[in-house]
Amino acid sequence: MADTTLAGKADSEADPPRRSGRLAGFLHRSETARGYLLISPTLAIMTVGIIMPFLILLVLSFWTRQGFGFDTTPTFNNYIRVWTEPIFGALLQRSFWISGIATVATVLLCYPMAYFVAFHVHRNKMLWIILMTLPFWTSYLLRIFAWKVILGYEGVINSGFMAMGWIQAPLEFLLYSQTAVIITLAHAWAAFAILPLYVSLEKIDKSLLEAATDLGDGPVARFLRVTLPLSMPGVIAACFLIFIPTTGDYVTPALLGGPDGAMIGNFIQLQFGAVNNWPMGATLSIVLMLWIAAIALVFLFLTRRAQARIT
Amino acid sequence: MTDTDALISIRKVKKAFGSFQAIEEVSMDIGRGEFFSLLGPSGCGKTTLLRMLAGFENTTEGEIFIDGHAMSDVPPHHRPVNMVFQSYAIFPHLNVRDNIAYGLRKRNLSRAERYEMVDEMLDLIKLPGYGTRRANELSGGQRQRIALARALILRPKVLLLDEPLGALDKQLREQMQLELRALQRQVGITFVFVTHDQEEALTLSDRIAVMSGGRVLQVDTPERLYERPVSRAVAAFIGNMNFFRGTVRRNGSASGLVETEGLGNIPLPLDRLTRPDGAPVQVALRPEKFTLSRTRPEGALAVAGRLSNAAYLGERSHYYVSIDGCATPVAVSSPNLGVGRGLAPPTPEDGPLWLSWSPDAVVLLDAD
Repeated sequence: MADTTLAGKADSEADPPRRSGRLAGFLHRSETARGYLLISPTLAIMTVGIIMPFLILLVLSFWTRQGFGFDTTPTFNNYIRVWTEPIFGALLQRSFWISGIATVATVLLCYPMAYFVAFHVHRNKMLWIILMTLPFWTSYLLRIFAWKVILGYEGVINSGFMAMGWIQAPLEFLLYSQTAVIITLAHAWAAFAILPLYVSLEKIDKSLLEAATDLGDGPVARFLRVTLPLSMPGVIAACFLIFIPTTGDYVTPALLGGPDGAMIGNFIQLQFGAVNNWPMGATLSIVLMLWIAAIALVFLFLTRRAQARIT
Repeated sequence: MTDTDALISIRKVKKAFGSFQAIEEVSMDIGRGEFFSLLGPSGCGKTTLLRMLAGFENTTEGEIFIDGHAMSDVPPHHRPVNMVFQSYAIFPHLNVRDNIAYGLRKRNLSRAERYEMVDEMLDLIKLPGYGTRRANELSGGQRQRIALARALILRPKVLLLDEPLGALDKQLREQMQLELRALQRQVGITFVFVTHDQEEALTLSDRIAVMSGGRVLQVDTPERLYERPVSRAVAAFIGNMNFFRGTVRRNGSASGLVETEGLGNIPLPLDRLTRPDGAPVQVALRPEKFTLSRTRPEGALAVAGRLSNAAYLGERSHYYVSIDGCATPVAVSSPNLGVGRGLAPPTPEDGPLWLSWSPDAVVLLDAD
């Protein structure tokens, strides 16, 4: 041991360590600089691909349509219209309602699946997770059409129930309705719920569950006092991952929603397409974003409160 | 120990995991208010036995009684025992106070009563004022105490401890050992303590069960385990031991001795021989039971040998002395009393050294 240190010392005297360049030296000293360097590709894409379009959208929302062009005088007219005309509020409300129900349904259905894999599967956990995401290997559009086949007027469910003699006429609320949109969304986004739920459940130290049992909790109390609070980050992540994109979804409602199932996304798409009122579309997008942010904040606040209450 | 004193009775308990027999067949009693340790190398079944007491594992065969009640059908959350986990299992989403009060939920206490009990416990574990700290702000030693408080606040009949000091550094561990012992005397609850550290078990326990390969080898007080082990496995597991082959020689009913390879003939009272004439035995002697001298001591059992190795350990030194008739050198541990007192440290150049011992220190074991 003593020999090697002596040898090392002799070496360094003979050959002093190479000094690095100024930039490398700066990066070596500053952790923040290194961090920015690391995220710079992402940062560039974010700036060009998200922040720029967002700024354009923001500017556009204060313009108004004039024939086939824009009146570029800044005005709040679009926002005032969105606030006063009931159609916008109704559409927003319906969008939040549909995606809210879809979110709750997805999380409730996926929690037991994630729980099962996290606590009761001991071998090949990854295989189980991959199997659960298997349906998502096909295109979104294909899955929507698959649901069309299942829910349709002469689809799998209706013809099956008729053959069984459980119903006389096909159930009409299944397809081209809000129900169809909710079912399809819940299925389409299941993978986005299972993964964060699984990760947060898997992370829970099993000895905490034993400790809760040891301290007198039965299975239900233990779940409510330990498992659920500790998996809350996963639940919140799953809710956000599903709620935010589904509110703005327009493919599913367009294909399965029918007249009652149209959501704000369809309306925004119309503004940028057939109606050709880009400023109005931009305004609606901004309003939707603000609403989602507000709902997310309220949701976060409520879960914090609930967590404090449970424990 | 009579049956009426026993708080825990383990009766012919076996445990198998698939084809692996974790516990062969264990029967023992643990007394009320005892500090009882399960000691053994890892994989010996001590933790499995503890987890069966807690109810986290079922017994494959046999029955465990706690305070006279059979435990087979009692789920863990209804047993009158609480556990301190090896990892402490402090709830990360709760602060110290809520961690300690966790088990009080079913007791129908007001919030003020619960907090008062928690404050009492915090005083007991010497962490007053820590109630609102978050779990991630605690050191290992503090977590350990809080895990202890969380179990003790429920006043269990038995407190189970699964290597609770294993994760602490040496100094803190020694301090916690003393505190744990004092705490146990103070609260008077029966402690069942699992450890693989023999020194820890000897320091803390009223009685120790030495386990190996799913069996209990010996249940005894620390002193008897050390001075009178019943098998070579126990003797070798606790402390160091020199072993010599020997044969029992009885001279009618008057006197007896053991012929040994290396130590010569050792006369022993007949009641300690307990074996028939001609029986092969092992003679065991602890390193510190030997006295080293440069001349043959008067009137003591002694053999001559040569020093083959020495290690200085501060308060004492270890010497390895080769003697005729013995393949491995005899380990001798001798206190370093200082310059001018006792024997000056011998060196290999010193020539022959004399090893002497008292027959009282000799342990007779079955030959293997």
